[in-house]
Order: sequence, then C-alpha cells, then structure tokens
Amino acid sequence: MTSFFDAVTLQAGYNAALVAIGAGLLGFAAGASGTFLFLRKRALVSDAVAHATLPGVGLAFIMMVALGGDGRNLLGLLAGSAATAWLGLLMIEWITRRTRLAEDAAIGAVLGVFFGVGIVLLTVVQTMSAGRQAGLESFLLGATAGMLREDVIVIAIGGALAVFATWLMRRPLTLVSFDSEYAAALGYDVRRIDLIMMGLVMAVTVIGLKLVGLILIVALLIIPAVTARFWTERSTHVIWIAGALGGTAGYIGAAMSATAPALPTGPIIVLASAALFVISLFFAPRRGVLAAILRHRRFQARVHRRQGLLALAARHPIHEAFTLRLLQSEGLVRRDGVPTPAGLAQAVKVARDESRWKIAREIHQDAGLTGRYDGLTPIEEVFTPDEIAEFDHRLGPPRAVEAK
Amino acid sequence: MNRPATPLSSQPTLASRDGRPYAQVETVPAHAPLAIRGVTVSYGEKPAVFSVDATFPAQSMSAIIGPNGAGKSTLLKAALGVIPRLSGEVYVYGQPVAKARARIAYVPQRASVDWDFPTTVMDVVQMGLYRKVGLLGRLGGQMKAHAQDCLERVGMADCAKRQIGQLSGGQQQRVFLARALAQDADLYLLDEPFAGVDAATERAIIDVLKLLKSEGKAIVAVHHDLSTVRDYFDHAFLINVRRIAEGPVDDAFTPEVLQATYGGRLASTHLDELSSPGTRR
Repeated sequence: MTSFFDAVTLQAGYNAALVAIGAGLLGFAAGASGTFLFLRKRALVSDAVAHATLPGVGLAFIMMVALGGDGRNLLGLLAGSAATAWLGLLMIEWITRRTRLAEDAAIGAVLGVFFGVGIVLLTVVQTMSAGRQAGLESFLLGATAGMLREDVIVIAIGGALAVFATWLMRRPLTLVSFDSEYAAALGYDVRRIDLIMMGLVMAVTVIGLKLVGLILIVALLIIPAVTARFWTERSTHVIWIAGALGGTAGYIGAAMSATAPALPTGPIIVLASAALFVISLFFAPRRGVLAAILRHRRFQARVHRRQGLLALAARHPIHEAFTLRLLQSEGLVRRDGVPTPAGLAQAVKVARDESRWKIAREIHQDAGLTGRYDGLTPIEEVFTPDEIAEFDHRLGPPRAVEAK
Repeated sequence: MNRPATPLSSQPTLASRDGRPYAQVETVPAHAPLAIRGVTVSYGEKPAVFSVDATFPAQSMSAIIGPNGAGKSTLLKAALGVIPRLSGEVYVYGQPVAKARARIAYVPQRASVDWDFPTTVMDVVQMGLYRKVGLLGRLGGQMKAHAQDCLERVGMADCAKRQIGQLSGGQQQRVFLARALAQDADLYLLDEPFAGVDAATERAIIDVLKLLKSEGKAIVAVHHDLSTVRDYFDHAFLINVRRIAEGPVDDAFTPEVLQATYGGRLASTHLDELSSPGTRR
C-alpha cells in the first residue's frame, strides 16, 4: 500500500505519477472551460454531451476494425466520440429552437437516446471476434490502470488549447452569459458563441473520457465553477479560480486513489472536488452560509437595539428578552429594565433622529435620499450637517426623556 | 423644430380599422435614424407585431406607446435583430441595420438579466466597449477613463467597483444607460427605461437623454407612463400590434388616437386630461 505522501510527491511509481499529473491537468482544463457553462446556466447540457460520446466510441471501434486497423487507437476513439457528442449537441440546440420543447426536455431525450445507442453498440462490439475489445467499457467510469504517456500528452495539449480558447473568448462569453439580448444587439452571433462554448466543453469531455469516464465528467466541469463563485465577484476570476480548484481536486484525488489498489480514480476526484465545494459553501467569506448567518445575526441585533432605544424614548416597557439582553450587555438598561443614564442619552438621540427623518421626508422631494430611510441608517450618512441643522431648526429645542 | 423632413414624421397618420394606413408611404427616408418597413414578428402563429411601418426622426426623443402585449418591446427587439423578423426591413441612417450596429446603443429591460452575475459596475459599463476593442484588444487607460466618465454622467461614479447585485433598481438602470453611453452611438434604443425606478433616477436618466438629444442624437424609448409622454418626448409612435399613429406628440398623442390604441381600457375623462396640450407641467 502506497502512502498518500508518496503519491502526492509523485514517488508512488510511474503509473501513479502519470495519473496524478494527467488528472491535475484535466481538472484545470475542465474547471476553467466549464465556467461559462455554469454562468450561462446550461450546466446540464454538458451531461447530455458527455453521454452522447458513447455511440461514437463504439462506432469508431467498429469502423477501425472493419478497415483492418487497431480498434483501440486512442485518437480514432476520441474523434468518434467527438463526432457523436457534437451531433447530440446540435440536436439539443435544434430541438430547443424548432419545437416548443424546453431545453431540459431536449437534454433528457438526447442524453437517454444516445446513451442507449452507445450501450447497444458496445454490446455489439463485445460479440465481435476481432479487435481486442476489452477495456472499452472503461469509457463509462474511467480507468487509470492502462494510463500511458500519450494519454497525458493528449490531455495536456487538448486541455491547454481549451483553456486558451476560453481565455480568448472571455469577452463574448461573458456578454452572452450575462445579457444575451445586448450581445445580439451589438451584433454578436449568440448562437455561434453558444456553440463555441459547448464545443470547448465537448473537447474537454472527450479528452477526459478515458481518465474519469463520461458519467462523472460533468462534475469536473461544473463543481469547480460553482465553488469558485463563492470566492469572487468577477467572472474572469471565476475562470482561474475554477481552474485551480479543479486542478487541485484532480491531483489530490488521483493521489488518494493511488494509496489503495481498488479505489476508483474518477469518483475519488469528484469527491475531492465536492469536499472543496462543501468547505466553500460553509466558510466562504461573503457568500458562504456561515457568513450569511453572522450577517443576519448582526442585522437582527441592530434592529433590536434600535427598537429597544425607541421604546426607552417612548417610555414603553421592553418585553422581548433578546432586546433586553442586548441593551443590558451594552450597559444601556439595568437588570430590572430601567434605563441607565447612558441608555437615556442614546434614546434621546435615536428619537431625535426619527423626528429629523420625519421632517426630511416632508421637505425633501429627492426620493433618492429620503428613500434611504429604513429606521437603521444614521441620518448623518445621508444628509449634510447643514441640512440636519435645518431639520433641527424646524424641530425646535430637544426634549429630555425622563426616567420612570 | 429643427429636424430633417421625413414623410412619416411630418404628418401624423392614423390607421383605419382594417390596419391599412390612410396615407400609404412608400419611400424610406434616406437619413432617418431608424426606419422600420413592413415588419411582422410572430410568436408561433400569432403575430405580436403586424406589418408595422415607423420612422423615428433625428435630434428628437421618441416614445413607443401602447397597452401591455401590444408589441412595443417586440418591435424594438425585432428592429435590432435580437429576435427574428418574419418579414420587413429595418434601416438605420439609411443602411440595413446589420451594417449600422456601431451607431446603435441598446438599453434592455432591467429585469432581463440575472443581477447576481459575478461582475462589477465598471465591468458592465466596459461591455459597451467590447465591440470596439475586439477579442484581443486591451481595455487601456483611455478606455477605462471613458467608462468612468460615462458612470459620472449618470451619477454613479462612486459605485464603479461595486458588485452589481448590491445595486438598487434605479442604480441598475443607470448602469445600463452608462453602458450604452460608452458605445458613443448615434441612435439610442431603450426598453422601458423608467420602469420601477425612483424619481431621482428618472430625473437623472431624462437629463442624460435630453443632453444626448441636444448633441443631435436620436432617442427611441418604449414608454408605459402616459402621464409623462408630453413632458419627456417630442415624437410619439402608438402601436397595438399594428401601427395606430405616429408623429409629433402634439399631433399624434390625441384622445382619438389613445382611444384607438387602448380601446376601452382608458376612461374618457382620463384621456382628455392626458392628451390635451394645456396640461403640460
């Protein structure tokens, strides 16, 4: 049994090192080129495209054997899978454009039909006497045992081209993903840009088939982009962060699967990617679940504090326990609910701001300013000292709030 | 008013009940910013816009007016080629629309995009420059300064670095307008620019548009608020699937035309109030 440390440092043998490098490169390429698929909200199209590669694998094998060649020639199989994947993609596009069916229905139909045809063809291949058909079924879930240098070179070159093309097309792709109507008005051919985007995804799918298989490749395309979205607010950054996350997941996942003989590489890579997703989901600084909860808590505390002070100003009793605890911890009320001098001072200020806002809404016609009245924003952030002085002039002298 | 004479805009025309205009106009005005000829758009087999002719004059603010579902936005999108036309031609400054893209700036409806998209205000404005810089061109300092200047013109200079999801509805609309300004176009097509925005934004947008008009640009806006037509626009085009009328606001925006456009959906007292020139604020 190989240690994880050896595998990560490429000390676990030639094959394990090849697999780890190949998976890392594939993860980067898939993460980066899957970004716009996610941003365009067409993630599931890639699943149909991946399943549509299977008939191509079978057909290519049959044709190569019929022509007297080696049925397992890698480039031949990849060309075949690309051909049927492209056909499936065009069919989805055609069904969506020409019929009243929505894209999800087209995806379901194409995915099922192509996958079914592919399985039939693979069965036919199994009954053929010629061509060393063993191993074709590994295109379903991927296999690493027979990983060759040339496989890694295909991944490296193909992946680099896909990443380069994604970077080159980033402006039209961003435009079409964000606002396709505007893109069309500028004269961009939206349909062609969509096809280019899906073509890139298809290319990555095809080169990744042998390593992770067609069923799980969609995870490599989509999860990194979804994860990256937690960490940035800019689409160009999503590309590179998704690439880095996908590359990390691919490399670590492959290394982990090398530590035990029976661990399947593709699924472990997907699990590594999912782990990064879960961490981001909870702990990302702004969009993460934890950050959202904390933000909500802080907001809730502000509301309670304000309501509590307004109640003190109006000399109403405070019943809510949370409000009381909050004001007590700030030293604004005593244990029995009676305001401290500091609490009274704050209450006067809050009540005065409310009155100022009331005047402001009466005399200011600019809804852009008075529209910011939400009961929480300090009036000093919206109006100038001169304007506030004007409100105070209309209000008259401040009145003290008496303790009960 | 100083504007080139165009056969359609100088005389208001009222379509008869069967949809044929009383005065048949054959010519395409050579230099009209936007001339639409015989455009039909259909969703399925129900025409949303049927055989519409329209001519929008230069140095002027034109409103496309009509009830819900009358095909206002559809006409605008079909003119731009955003949705396919079943028939008809569109000319921009005398050229087919496909050859005049660089002269057109489009402001889509605010609700047509996902505002949680990972992009900043500045990035959105720079989208207006994408055609100019192409695939490989760098968005250099001069371009960025221009984009910042456009944000300044709509009063959003402070928000350049903000994520678009943090903007209010009015701010979103201003950003879309700034993106159109960045294109340095001659013809501005806006789809409901005042829908759901605050009064300050409406004021800011109208000021920018009036300035564009004074620079000789043409503005065409889908507009739904009948009470502001007389204040904001010079030229009106009324549509309800077919063209009802078009011409200078004082001539085309009349109680009879509104009755023909909206059918029984407007009360007659309301109509008089809206369309008599004396009520101008």
